[in-house]
Order: sequence, then C-alpha cells, then structure tokens
Amino acid sequence: MAAPLPNMAAVTVDGRTSQVPIGTTILDAARQMGIAIPTLCHYRGMTPAGACRVCLVEIEVGDSRRMVSSCSYPIDGTLVVHSGSDAVLEARRTVLELLLAQAPDSQELKEFAAELGVESTSFSAAREGRCVLCGLCTRVCNDVMGRGAINLYGRSSERTVEPAYDETTVQCQVCGACEHVCPTGAIDLSRFSSELSVAHRTGYDKYLFKRPNIEMAHAQAAPRVPTIDRENCVYFKTGECGLCEKVCQAGAINYDQEEETLDLEVGAVVLTPGFIAFDATKRSEFGLGFCDNVVSNVQFESLLSASGPTAGHVLRRSDGNAPKSVAFIQCIGSRDVGCGNEYCSSVCCMAATKEAIIAKDHDPNLDVTIFFLDMRAFGKDFDRYYQRAQDAGVRYVRSFISRVFEMPDSKNLQLTYLDSKMKRVEEEFDMVVLSLALVPSPTLREKSEMLGVDLNQWGFAQTIDLNPLDTSRPGVFVGGVFQEPKDIPDTVMQSSGSAARAMSLLASVRGSKVRTKAPPPERDVTDEPPRVGVFVCHCGSNIGSVVDVAAVVEQTRDLPYVVLAEHNTYTCADDTQDVMKDRIIEHRLNRVIVASCTPRTHEAIFRDTLRDAGLNPYLLEMTNIRDQCSWVHSADPEEATQKAIDLVRMTLGRVVPLRPIREQSVPVKNSALIIGGGIAGMTAALTIADEGFPVYLVEKESALGGTAKKVVVGTLDGSDVQAFVSRLAERVSAHPRIVLWTGSRVTEINGHVGAFESTIESLDSSSVSVEHGVVVVATGAVEQKPTSFEYGNSDKVITQSELCEKLARDDLRLPSSATIVMIQCVEQRDEERPYCSRICCTTAVRNALQLKEQQPDLNVVVLYRDMRTYGFREAAYQEAREKGVLFVRFEKDEPPQLTVTDDTISVRMRDLSLQRELTVNPELVVLAAPIVGQDDRQEISDLLKVPLNGDGFFLEAHVKLRPVDFSSDGLFLCGAAHSPKLISEAISQACAVAGRVASILSKKEMPISGQIAQVDVNKCIACMTCVHLCPYHAPAVGKDNKAEVQNAACMGCGSCASGCPARAITLNNYTNDQISGAIESLLWAGSPPSSPGPIYPEKTGISQTRWHKRALEGGDQEADSDQ
Amino acid sequence: MKNDTIVLALCCHYCAYAAADMAGSMRLQYPPNIRVLRMPCTGKIEENYVLSAFEYGVDGVMVAGCLEGGCHYLEGNLRARKRIERVKGILEEIGLEPERVEMFNLSSAEGPRFAEISTEMCERIGKLGPSPLRADRSRLKAGIEELQAEADAVLEGEKR
Repeated sequence: MAAPLPNMAAVTVDGRTSQVPIGTTILDAARQMGIAIPTLCHYRGMTPAGACRVCLVEIEVGDSRRMVSSCSYPIDGTLVVHSGSDAVLEARRTVLELLLAQAPDSQELKEFAAELGVESTSFSAAREGRCVLCGLCTRVCNDVMGRGAINLYGRSSERTVEPAYDETTVQCQVCGACEHVCPTGAIDLSRFSSELSVAHRTGYDKYLFKRPNIEMAHAQAAPRVPTIDRENCVYFKTGECGLCEKVCQAGAINYDQEEETLDLEVGAVVLTPGFIAFDATKRSEFGLGFCDNVVSNVQFESLLSASGPTAGHVLRRSDGNAPKSVAFIQCIGSRDVGCGNEYCSSVCCMAATKEAIIAKDHDPNLDVTIFFLDMRAFGKDFDRYYQRAQDAGVRYVRSFISRVFEMPDSKNLQLTYLDSKMKRVEEEFDMVVLSLALVPSPTLREKSEMLGVDLNQWGFAQTIDLNPLDTSRPGVFVGGVFQEPKDIPDTVMQSSGSAARAMSLLASVRGSKVRTKAPPPERDVTDEPPRVGVFVCHCGSNIGSVVDVAAVVEQTRDLPYVVLAEHNTYTCADDTQDVMKDRIIEHRLNRVIVASCTPRTHEAIFRDTLRDAGLNPYLLEMTNIRDQCSWVHSADPEEATQKAIDLVRMTLGRVVPLRPIREQSVPVKNSALIIGGGIAGMTAALTIADEGFPVYLVEKESALGGTAKKVVVGTLDGSDVQAFVSRLAERVSAHPRIVLWTGSRVTEINGHVGAFESTIESLDSSSVSVEHGVVVVATGAVEQKPTSFEYGNSDKVITQSELCEKLARDDLRLPSSATIVMIQCVEQRDEERPYCSRICCTTAVRNALQLKEQQPDLNVVVLYRDMRTYGFREAAYQEAREKGVLFVRFEKDEPPQLTVTDDTISVRMRDLSLQRELTVNPELVVLAAPIVGQDDRQEISDLLKVPLNGDGFFLEAHVKLRPVDFSSDGLFLCGAAHSPKLISEAISQACAVAGRVASILSKKEMPISGQIAQVDVNKCIACMTCVHLCPYHAPAVGKDNKAEVQNAACMGCGSCASGCPARAITLNNYTNDQISGAIESLLWAGSPPSSPGPIYPEKTGISQTRWHKRALEGGDQEADSDQ
Repeated sequence: MKNDTIVLALCCHYCAYAAADMAGSMRLQYPPNIRVLRMPCTGKIEENYVLSAFEYGVDGVMVAGCLEGGCHYLEGNLRARKRIERVKGILEEIGLEPERVEMFNLSSAEGPRFAEISTEMCERIGKLGPSPLRADRSRLKAGIEELQAEADAVLEGEKR
C-alpha cells in the first residue's frame, strides 16, 4: 500500500484503497468510495453515536480482526476494513434480529431488515412499539435544535423516548425534526397537528402534503436552487439546527443573505405581479382546509403532475386511496357578489376541463363531474376541447353547489344539486376540487399609491378598453393577470405588448447600456488531427459518491486520440474553467469532452470556456454522467461506473469527427411589412414605427379602418371606437416612418427572416418592390351574414353589428314597451362551425344595456346557450340582469323557433328553468352572427406558406407560448386573423407583435445557429423531398436545379437530412459520421480484418444495399403523405 | 442471470433527454443498461442509425420523442414512428425480434415516465437476451487497438 500523503490516511475497504483526511470515519470514507454500509442511527451532519450497531464492520488489527461500528470509528494512518465479510454479515443479522424484537411494529424497520436479507427474528418480541431506542431523535433535539425537549427515560424494557414527565413541554417547538430523523417511524407528532401546519406544511400545496422548510419551489423552478422558508426554518427562529449548512458540500448555504434594496434608473416600468388563488376560508362552506378530500384546483394540478408529491397519481388525503369519483365545483370566489368578486376568473372552465381530461387519462374508470354555471370556452379551439372532454366521458352538470358535506366515516363528500329536470339530487363523491378565483397579487396592492397607479374596485390595475396596456400613470405598463384574469396565451400577448409599449418610450436609448465581450481569435484546427481532452467531474459528491471518477479517467486516458484526461471536483467552478483553458492551450486540445451533468444547463458555459481558450465552441460535447449515472443508479456503483465509461467512449466516437462550425449572421433589414390596415394592423404599425423602425402598411381597401370602420361597434366602457379608428388612421398617414399603400395587395414574398423581398401591387396594377425584415399578418375577420332565422326576409331581423350601427346613429325607432329578442350562438358552436366567436355575448350585453338606457321601458330578452362574459365583463352581465334584461337559456338541440307572418314575428322556445314553452312577439330580433376569416385568407396562407386551422383562422407557432408568431421565423400575426376577439384584445395582440418584431429589427445582424443543414450540390438530385419535409420552408430548389437551404430559416431539426434519398444534406453538429461514430464506439466492435465493415451509403452515393432501398421506397411514400 | 444487455436510447433533446434529466434530479432508479444518445429531434433518426446500432452489437434500441402533436419541429416524431415501424419490419425479415426496437412518446416533464420506459425496455431486452449479432466483447479490445494504430499513424504524420 502506498504511503499516505501528509494529513491523509490510507484506507482499504473491501479491497479498494483510497486516501481520506485523518479523522474521517470508516462509514464516510466507504460512502465516498461508493461502498454503501447500512445504518439506522447515522445522520449526515450530526455527531455519530454508534447506537444501532447496524453499521458494524471488521478492521484488521495486526494479524487479527476486530468488530467496530463504522459510523464512529475515525481512521488514523492506514486501515484495512472488511464491510461484507461473513463475520460482519452474521453479526449484522443478529443485530437486526434483536432490533426487530425490540420494535416489532415498525414497518420501516421490517423493510430495512428485509433489504438486508433478514425477514424475521428468532427472538421473542421484547415489547410493543416501533422504537429501537437509538436516541437519534433525542440527539437531534438536543444537539442540533438546542431544545432538549425529549430524552430517554426508564431502564430496561421500560426505557422510552418522551418529554419530561411525558407532558407537553414549552421546550418543544414542534419543528418535527425528531419525526423526520426517526429511522423506524416511531414518532408521531400528529397530536400537535394544528401547530404542525406551520412547521411542516408550507408552499403551494399547503394542507396537501408535508414539505420541508428548505426545498426547490418545484421541479422546473428557475433558477433551479432551493430556498429556505425563513418563517418556519428553525435556524432563523432560534439560531439552532443549521444542518443544511453542514450537509452542503458546495458550501452554498448562506444564512446571512438579506433582502437588498436597489436603486435603478429606468425609463419605463412594466407591472407583472400576477395573481394568487382566492382565500377559500372566505367560503368555508366548501370545506377546503378541513375536509381531507377537498382540494383546490392548484393542489389537484400538483397531484396530476408527474413531478408532484404523488408522482402523478391522484390520491385521497384521508386514506391514500385513488378516488373513483371526482367533482369539480366552479366559480368559488368568482362571479361572487357576496365576496365582492363580481368578475369571472376567465380560466377556470378550461382549467377544470383540462384537469378532468388528464385525470381520466391517468385512470379511465374515474368518474369526473364538473358543476358549472356557464361553460366559458370562449378562446381559440376551446369549444372543441370542451366537446372532446364530453366525448371522453366527463359529465357536465349546470348547477351551483352551495356547500360540501363530509361523510363522517368514509370521508366522502356529499353534494346536492339540481339536475337538468330541475330535480334535487344528492350524490356522494370521493374527492372534490374547488376552482378557486384568481385574485390580484397582494404584492403591489399596498404599493399602488407609491407607484401612482390606479386600481379598479377589485384591486386589478385600472386600464381602458382602447388602451389595455397602459396604467393610469404614463410610462407604467401592465402585463398579465394584474390587468384582468386571463389565460396563458393572453398573458403572453399582453406582456409582449407591454414590452413594446416600453420600447416605444425607450427607442432613442436602445442598446446604450449593452456591453459585449470580445473572445480571443479562433484557432484554426481544420488541419489538425483530433487531440481530445476529457474532463470528468465529481460534482462534489453528486457523481463522485457513486461513480468511480478516477476509474473513468483511467479507462478513458488510453483511448485513441485522447491526449488528456483528468477529474475535477466541480468542473463548472470558475477556477476549474481557468484550468481547462490552460489545459486546452498547453496540450493544444482541439476537441473537449466534459463528463459531468446535463448539456441543457451547462453546455453554454463550457462553450464559452472553449471560446475563451480560442477554440470553436462546437468542438465540445458533454456526457451526462450525473443525471444518467450517479443519480439514477446510486444503488449499483459498479454498473454506474461502467456505464459512465461507456458513455464517455460513446462521446469520444462523436467528438473525433466534430468540425468547427462558423456561426453565420445575416444582415437585418430593419423594416416591417404589415398586411391589413384595421385596428390591429394600424396599432402594430404605429407601435413598430414608434419603436423606431420603418413600416410598410398594405391595405386592400381604399381606406384604413378595416372591419371596425365598416361595422360600428362599441366597447363596454363606452369609449368612442369610431373616433379612435379615425385618430389611428390619421396618425398612420402622418407618421414619418410609415409608408402606406391602400387599395393594394402583396403579390409575392421571398426571402427569410431579416431579409424579405416583396412585391406590392396596387389597383391600377402598378407594382413596387420593398425589402423588409419581418412580415405581420393582420388581415382581420368579418361578420358572416346569417341564412337562418328568416334573416333577410324581414327587416325586423338584424345582426348584432347592425344593431350597433343603428344605436350609434340613433335611428332605432321602437314603440314604447317594445320587446327585443336577441338570439345568441347563431350558426356557430354547431357541427359546421364548432367554435365560439367570443365577442357576441359581450356585444349583446353592451347593446342591451344601451337599449335599456335609451328607452328603459323596453323589454330585452337574450336567448343564450352559455353567457360568456368573461373577466370584468361579468359585472356588465350582472348590471344587465339588475336592470331587467331577461336571460333565457336554450339547449343546442332545442333552438328557439322563429316565424314571420305578415308583419308579426313570433319566437317560441322552451324555458329550461321554468320547464315550459314560452312565446314572444318581438318588435325586433337581433342575431349573434358568427365571425369568420377573410375571403382572401387562403391566398395569404399560400403566399406566406403559413397554415390555417380548420375554422379558417391563421395558426400560430405555439398556442400558449408563441401566440403571435408563426412557426417560421420572422412571420407574425395579430388581431382577428388569429381568432375572433374584442378590440382591446386585438390592440394588446398588435402591441405584442410590435414587441416580438423588435427582437429581430433591433439587431443589425442576426446570428444564425451553427446547427443548420447543408447541401452537397454534387449529390443533390433535386427530388424536392427536403422541400416537402421542412416545416420551415428553408430548402428550395434553386436556379441551377439544386436544393439550397436558407440558413436563416433553418431551425436545425435535421428532418431534411434524414429524409434526403441522395444523402446530399447533412446537419451541422449532427452529421452522420458523428452519430454513427457515437453508435459505433458504444460497443466499439470496430472492424476486424476478417469481417468487412458496414458499407454506408454516404460512401457509395445513391446505390444502396437492399434494406436502404426498401427504406427509400417507404421514404417516398412518406414524403407523399406529408404533402 | 445478470442482465448485461445494452440498450441504446436515441432521445430527443427537447423531451426525452430533458425527461431523463428530470428522472435524475428526482433520483428515480432504473436499470443501468440504457445508454442515452442525444438527438436534435427524433425526426433526424434514420433507419440506418438503428440498423447500424444492431450491426455493432447493441441488444435493443429505444427511440424516445415528444408527445404526438407536441414535436418541437412539428412532425419529426411522427416521421420517426413511421421509420421505426419500418425498421421493425426489416428486423423481422433478417430474423431479429422486432421488439428489440421501440418508439416511445413523452414530454419533458415526465421524468417518472422516462424511468418507466427505460425499465420496461431493459427488462424486455433482458428477457430476449443478447442480440445474436452482438460482437464478442474481446473484439472491443481489438477494435480499440486497431483505431489506436490508426490514430498513432495520424499523429505520427503530424510530427513529420
């Protein structure tokens, strides 16, 4: 054995030798070497006591061996340890059998013993209970928490752990540490449960499951670091404990961090404080917090989450069983005048529907019932989703539940409701989910005065319909739910819009605070043979405790092309990065493997390291031996090590063929082309122009204004839309950076993001060509004139927009006490048009209110299917009902019947709450006609190669996360072309486009990822397969009859490369030799002289072996079917 | 008997690779026979990659892409599924069990699902046993030696 270094001791455990600092215990030394020694009473960070004796090992003393407890035996000098000898196993078995007799009721102990091969005890049970008297709890209470609230009392079989005199004591702070550390589950603090709610149950799933006081907020938290709950942490309360600091090997725990106040000089402020869930204690009749099986929708969401507390299984808290039936109760705290929340929270109907579908996906036998008032599926494609839920068997019951009864024995929950026949039904459910209202975050409520921002009556930021992004204070903008309850896409749009509004203010100082870093010149390595450096990371003990890092280095060092292999404690630490740079220069490395954690978080860091060392950043590849080895195979260090070696070798196969990739950039034409001059197009044009970029605005009509100019509509808050549109048009015409073409259309668009070239043709067929960096589609939508309900046969049947017009012109002449019937959902939400036009309910309520105001004796009857007055519009719906507007619901299958005889109209329908037929003879019937896409939508779709959805609206890149982008870069959409929407929403969306557009136009040059496709023109047969396969229209067959990939449009997916029958296309950074190199070196079968290696098609052009031909035939079919 | 088969997992960067990371941070345990190779998209996977993996002696191949409809590049995972179906046919034709290759779909948030499919695949391949095409492990050494000679020659050339 080699002599140990100074202050180090040499220890040999089961034949493996390592050096550890003098004083390290055998147990710790073994764990560092990846050898697991079982123990019950050892707890990291605490002084060992050697009480349980499970960790017994043999040490060599001279010629003989001695048994010691490994957790408390410090190593001094050299030591030889046997942790798995027969004597040790025999002794451990006896110890475990004695412990089992000591604590016969402990399930935890039985499982622990069973893992070590001890199923039963030959000793008779000494006593009842679960305690093995190891004293860990008393030690943690006394030594760590500094309380000494519990101790070991009595002797022999009377010995127990208890507080002094077995009475509750003020010493106990109910921190739960004793319960937490107890290895046998002997301590139950539930009798303190009321106090425990403080110490143990924090965070978003309060009431649901125990959570520690230091933890990651959730699995995908950004930044991914744990935080301490200061209010409940024992250290912050008493100064004791501090275990986390002792345990953290990276020394990342810093108790001294304080909240800091920073003074910043800014030109604009965007408020995005978000929302919190409604405080359910205000509606305690629903039982949240005291009925075990009542959860909030947020808690249910975390139950459904694969990374949640139950790993995605829905379980009842009362008994841990999976529920057979779940009921959702909607509108808890929303649409609730009693709580002062007259508004609708907008998102809960769809959230509940989504949770119901996911729950049923998990367990198809689960019965899900949703109790609701109106199904507000008003968004794009929401009605389809609602239908899908019904098809999947989700039961929707339109009835409000007034309270939840918990059954005393079963803990089931009984609900009482009225069924569709208005009969009272009592039904029991295993679980109840409450859809809690969205309430504005309290963060800014107290500070609103300091901010100088007006709030509305519910505490949301006050905005107006025609300016939904600006608060009452100039320069302060609002994004997200703080403006009004809204779902993710609307939030993303609004916040992008706020960013654009802020950018308009800051246009003159854009980029003035940006600092750039200049890397050293790049070394040309193209002619150098591969010289690979391998850096293997311990990641503290994250990797090193399981994977034998030294062995990985050892096994890698001699592999071909490897000139350097070494290991580091933390490869990502700043000092190690400096070492890496030195090594790269010193050893002339030109390929680097970092075997550590995931490239998803660290690739960017190491690419920078390469850049700083003068290497092309693409000469790096990471091997993930933490997430894929040490963390997931911790029980099998040997296999984990072997796998790590294999993975590093596999990576080597990939890095050897790596080539430097020059990241290109394309110059950006900093102007925008906007198609459509309605409210959305004009708002986008003005905002982009205010940001400082030239705009080409093309409108097919002879005047600006779009649908809003032709169809007089109003907003709920009474803003004058006509004046607004005229003002917009004037500003557009006068703006120095906007070039306007009316009566024109775009006939051709070529190019890619940053550099488009388009042809604009005016009515007189004169055409002009413009260059621009982005394209915005704002073509809008129109009201479809109905063909049903005798529309057109009687001048007493009009549409809502025609009513708007009459109201605005004040030429509605109705006799006193006349009756007006409004029929909603006309020719929409049916089989032909399975979508909701979103704006009709609000328009109907607005018009009804205006009618009542102008002529209070009018009888207004609104026939509806679901009143979709979402958000603050609900308050107007409430007001309309208070003012006497009648709302009568009908079912889709039983629409109202309208007959015209001579001059009389008769509307017959069935009132579902009265359960009887009603007939009305109105003087006017108003139809809510559907909103449909423009006639030329297909033309625009073909022109830009952007998709339309089944309803004839343009399809965005991602419904939730990229709601104003098309999937091809540089193309955007806003307004009703996206889906029907209110004016305020169109304005938000137009500003959102302006925000997104600025991220491209503000750059002089746009960097393109190096990971793009390249065509070898010598191999290209111009078969068009790539053109059909590419989702981004990046490849095109050029003039010389060869495919060309527009670099700026390529996203680097490799679809074209894998589909190319001539193997003419390669994807940079994922070339075939790089991938097959990795696959080949995984097992490194190589090619011994006796067996010829595989013949790869890239070596043989397009003549291929049989299976490739076969694949090719399929490939052609595939390309066909993709068209 | 110890399961010493090797399963190559071709994982999409956007979903399965992220899910594997999440399985790691959740410390979920699954058999160590899986070897993950990152792909930009499962749509980049050619039949060739899978076939050559078998040719080089891998015992099973698992392809893991985004949920259908959730591909970062729109339809790459759908194409991958078709290709994997085709590979299954080829395997059958050459007398190899088509179950040795499988395509799975999962989202980046499904760490537990990654552990589950990895376990399923490793157990399945363990039951099927080593691939008959599998190279003798001693060839590993021969292969490395051969490559070393090649590398030495290259490096030698550099010195001159």
